[in-house]
Amino acid sequence: MAENRVALITGAGRGIGAKIALTLAADKTDIAVVDYSDEAAAKETMDALSALGVKAKYYRCDVSDYSAVKTVVDTVVKDFGKIDILVNNAGVTADKLLLRMEEADWDRVLNINLKGCFNLIKHVTPYMMRKRYGRIVSISSVVGMMGNAGQANYAASKAGVIGLTKTVAKEFGPRGITANAVAPGFVKTAMTDALSEEQKQAMYKLIPLGTLGETEDIANAVKFLTSDAARYITGVVLKVDGGMYI
Amino acid sequence: MTTLEKLKEILSECKGEDLDITPETTFEELEFDSLDKVDIVMQIEEAYDISLGDNMQLSTVGELIAKIDEAVANK
Repeated sequence: MAENRVALITGAGRGIGAKIALTLAADKTDIAVVDYSDEAAAKETMDALSALGVKAKYYRCDVSDYSAVKTVVDTVVKDFGKIDILVNNAGVTADKLLLRMEEADWDRVLNINLKGCFNLIKHVTPYMMRKRYGRIVSISSVVGMMGNAGQANYAASKAGVIGLTKTVAKEFGPRGITANAVAPGFVKTAMTDALSEEQKQAMYKLIPLGTLGETEDIANAVKFLTSDAARYITGVVLKVDGGMYI
Repeated sequence: MTTLEKLKEILSECKGEDLDITPETTFEELEFDSLDKVDIVMQIEEAYDISLGDNMQLSTVGELIAKIDEAVANK
């Protein structure tokens, strides 16, 4: 029987990250869940992963903390033996018009969304290099390509993820490591559920496919980019946005 | 463990095969590229808790051993 692959997924306690974890787990992948919220908040995800029969462990970590990330990555390699797949999914928003945006709003979003990706890639790639294999997928956003009023910090961080991804693809390609980004558009979450019908209709007008994305649409894109079917794909930004940004 | 033995361990791990090295072995013979060299230097720095810098111009294993021993002595 083939050995399971091992994926480290940040922000996997809930939402899109949890869906990515469950989708990869259903495909014989052991999962290291890295999240900042406490383990109790991710209990449902951890239980669902265990029910799929894969090895799954929870690690509490702030991805913006360089040395904490190193400790977690080293621990994951000790616990699982290797890391084949890294999914940089952890992200936050602190939306305000730039005129009202505080320095702290900017720093927090950039530190978690962009520096967090750097921290993970920095500490995971030495292990991948020695195995001559790795799949890195970072979650960007169409907002990083098109901009969005009220999200200067978030849009900049997600554009930064694209530049980082393309550079990592070039630097580590010779070691069999691919790096790609997935750029979601509007995805159905608790946040979009809270919008009024009128707000939703206005949103649908921006999307040629006329509907919001589901977390599984993002997870399927990640599954593809980490699969052997995508072995010759690196440095791309795969938009999963119903055509919102064309 | 001597510096040569430790270096043999690090270089072999990086290459993914058991390397037979002597102080006279050149890095050119070992066919390490720039990415390998960065990886090797980082592993040495971690193993010995020293800093070697990014711009080392070394041609043989013996020269690297001398650099490591010097950095360790100056710690």
